[in-house]
Amino acid sequence: MGILDFLKRKPEPTAGLAKERLRIIVAQERSTRGAPDYLPLLRNELLEVIKKYVHVDLEAININVERDSGHEILELSVALPENTPAKSI
Amino acid sequence: MTAEIIVVTSGKGGVGKTTTSASLATGLAMAGKKVAVIDFDVGLRNLDLIMGCERRVVYDFVNVVHGEATLKQALIKDKRYETLYVLAASQTRDKDALTQEGVEKVLEDLGKEGFDYVVCDSPAGIEKGAHLAMYFADHAVVVVNPEVSSVRDSDRILGLLASKTRRAERGDGAIKQHLLLTRYNPARVAVGEMLSVKDVEEILGINVVGVIPESENVLAASNAGVPVILDDNSFAGQAYSDTVARILGEERALRFLEVPKKGFFQRVFGG
Repeated sequence: MGILDFLKRKPEPTAGLAKERLRIIVAQERSTRGAPDYLPLLRNELLEVIKKYVHVDLEAININVERDSGHEILELSVALPENTPAKSI
Repeated sequence: MTAEIIVVTSGKGGVGKTTTSASLATGLAMAGKKVAVIDFDVGLRNLDLIMGCERRVVYDFVNVVHGEATLKQALIKDKRYETLYVLAASQTRDKDALTQEGVEKVLEDLGKEGFDYVVCDSPAGIEKGAHLAMYFADHAVVVVNPEVSSVRDSDRILGLLASKTRRAERGDGAIKQHLLLTRYNPARVAVGEMLSVKDVEEILGINVVGVIPESENVLAASNAGVPVILDDNSFAGQAYSDTVARILGEERALRFLEVPKKGFFQRVFGG
């Protein structure tokens, strides 16, 4: 039966996985659409600076640009890890 | 008089833009409209092959834009429908050969010549050719396959349509966006191997205007240079007919979303 099973093997049902991944990436790309090109770079440089003091991942830094009538808000949030002692400098 | 401009676009290549452009243009002509379909893929001409007029290209879109030929000289009249014309892409020039002013002039002139619709077959990508194909559009048909990279790219294109077009810049009403799902395989959807119509609609936040089932008839049609919409017996052809009717404002239910029931012989012998 082993050989027959191998021959008959069907792809895994992965549509759900595709949908979930797309949902996340599409939402993320929509939120940064039309935002300045330098944002990813800004994010990386900020990460470098913050890393000097605390250990954080790239995902911990969130940058958003919001547009209201007449003005733009650059919103930046850094989620600091709990109970991590700051690096001694 | 101005013609309605419809861009067929997708971002990703190989999803069925040219197949769709050919069938959409033919379907509109079948409905009695005067239609021109333009290949914007300068350097990689292909619409002429799908329409079956590749041996009759003398002048092309770039020649018209540069004043080397008149529009009348460059428009290739379809052999099947007399209100259907093809404007081929240049095969020898590079993609910078098109200019925004030049394209605008051609579209205006087509309106003056009494064309009801101009279908713009966009190249893949989001560079100049794709930008020019969508810039003047009133409608956009965004072709998408039920596959991750195609869905993501089409979301990007939907964003560009909403911001980088003349209508968006002038603020005179949004482009009418139509999402067309092609290469749909109901059997694979049924077993969870492929994104469903509903999945794609949910992710992109827009309803489909049509679903074209994956079909061997599409290849057969392109082999023969006959737009697949003319193949009445194929599901793909019928699905394109429904799609064109919907774009013209008719209400038609989606078809071919379920796994076709197999007959006795198919069940016994497979296939």
